[in-house]
Amino acid sequence: MGFKSYCFKKSLWVFHFGGASCNNCDIEILDCLTPRHDLERFGILLVGSIRHADVLLVNGSINLHDRERLLEIYRQAPKPLLVVAIGACGCTGGLFTESITFAGPVDKIIPVDAYIPGCPPKPEAIIAGIVKLVNKN
Amino acid sequence: MAANLFYFLIFPGLLFAGITGAFLSWFDRKITARVQFRKGPPLLQPFYDFFKLLLVKETILPKKGSPVLFLLAPVFSVFGATMAGVFILLPLFNIASGFRGDLIVIFYLLTIPSFSYIMGALASGNPLAAVGGSREMKLILSYELTFLLVIAGIIMKAGQQFDLYSIIGTQQQGGAFIGSISGILLFIAALFCIQAKLALVPFDMPEAEAEITEGIYIEYSGAAYAMIKLAKHIMLFILPAFLAALLLGGFRTEGINILWSILKIVGTVLLLTLLRNTNPRIKIRQAMSFFLIWMNLIAIAAIVLIVFGY
Ligand code: SF4
Repeated sequence: MGFKSYCFKKSLWVFHFGGASCNNCDIEILDCLTPRHDLERFGILLVGSIRHADVLLVNGSINLHDRERLLEIYRQAPKPLLVVAIGACGCTGGLFTESITFAGPVDKIIPVDAYIPGCPPKPEAIIAGIVKLVNKN
Repeated sequence: MAANLFYFLIFPGLLFAGITGAFLSWFDRKITARVQFRKGPPLLQPFYDFFKLLLVKETILPKKGSPVLFLLAPVFSVFGATMAGVFILLPLFNIASGFRGDLIVIFYLLTIPSFSYIMGALASGNPLAAVGGSREMKLILSYELTFLLVIAGIIMKAGQQFDLYSIIGTQQQGGAFIGSISGILLFIAALFCIQAKLALVPFDMPEAEAEITEGIYIEYSGAAYAMIKLAKHIMLFILPAFLAALLLGGFRTEGINILWSILKIVGTVLLLTLLRNTNPRIKIRQAMSFFLIWMNLIAIAAIVLIVFGY
């Protein structure tokens, strides 16, 4: 493992893209940063600008409006970028699959590196997913 | 020439100040985490962040705006911070004695990072960055006068001496300036100025990440952002060092005294961190009246006290 990829693994900055979610997944993602789970001990930070991001967390179903925003955000991000789809909505569409405004799960729009299923996934599951993702590359 | 390059690039310039500043920024983050009952990042976290930004990430240039200025601004900020660091640390470590009037030069060099952040923000063409830039400008306007008054007070206290080396020398013979009423007042005013110079909460409106999403740094990515991080690390070390030189009696590097010197820096950073963790962000108008009225009043009161010999 090279020095570069080691540094990259040790310092993942996360940008949170909330699609048309029911807001439960958003709450669980923020839960990861609270004192109980504290992702900062792995060097994971929540950043406000996509230009600083290394990981794009996408949750919620992606509807026709979100689709363009998601593509725009993905194009604006500096590469290398990892994309994580969170929740049943992000992975498959969940209970919104048959909605008329649904624009397909995240991986139909941008390439996804990891899926974290659950409705909503527990913070432990999110952490486990990120750890697996980090160990993959 | 070779000696000057060594001073600038290795000790006490770029390399030394950068590494020390990185450790101090880890300390800052760790204390923040402990205040919030978290565990906090590992010791080498600032280095991981820096090398990730420098080596791994792509640097994106703004489509609108001026790419050259956008890329030059971080370089200027590192240069200004390092230059100020060299002028502060050389007399502090007793390596060279500086020159007459270097206090004024340091004062101007310390504003270069803030000005280059503004330049970079305005060159990026992003509206949120422009908001951040204008806030940073107002912030500079408000704290700079206080900072100048603090320096004026110290010059008077040291008996009209304009160079850092003799100010440190005066304190090492006659006791640190902070051991008097006027010294304590000056320390309070200087501490708030440093807080604003470092743009830490409660004075972080230029980069307010919850409101204008990092403001002046919003468009920076990759190596350019790494340079900004480096400049911020250096500033986090040299500003407390400057405070230690002005009010806390400088450094001694022999024997057990070295621990005491380190304690001065770490203690100042601890104070800054606790201040930032126990306060909310204030509005720019409040910050301006805080500095222009209250802090200037404190600094002027200290100067009056100095005139009467307290
Ligand atoms: S996966 Fe479930 S909890 Fe998450 S946004 Fe969709 S419906 Fe809400």
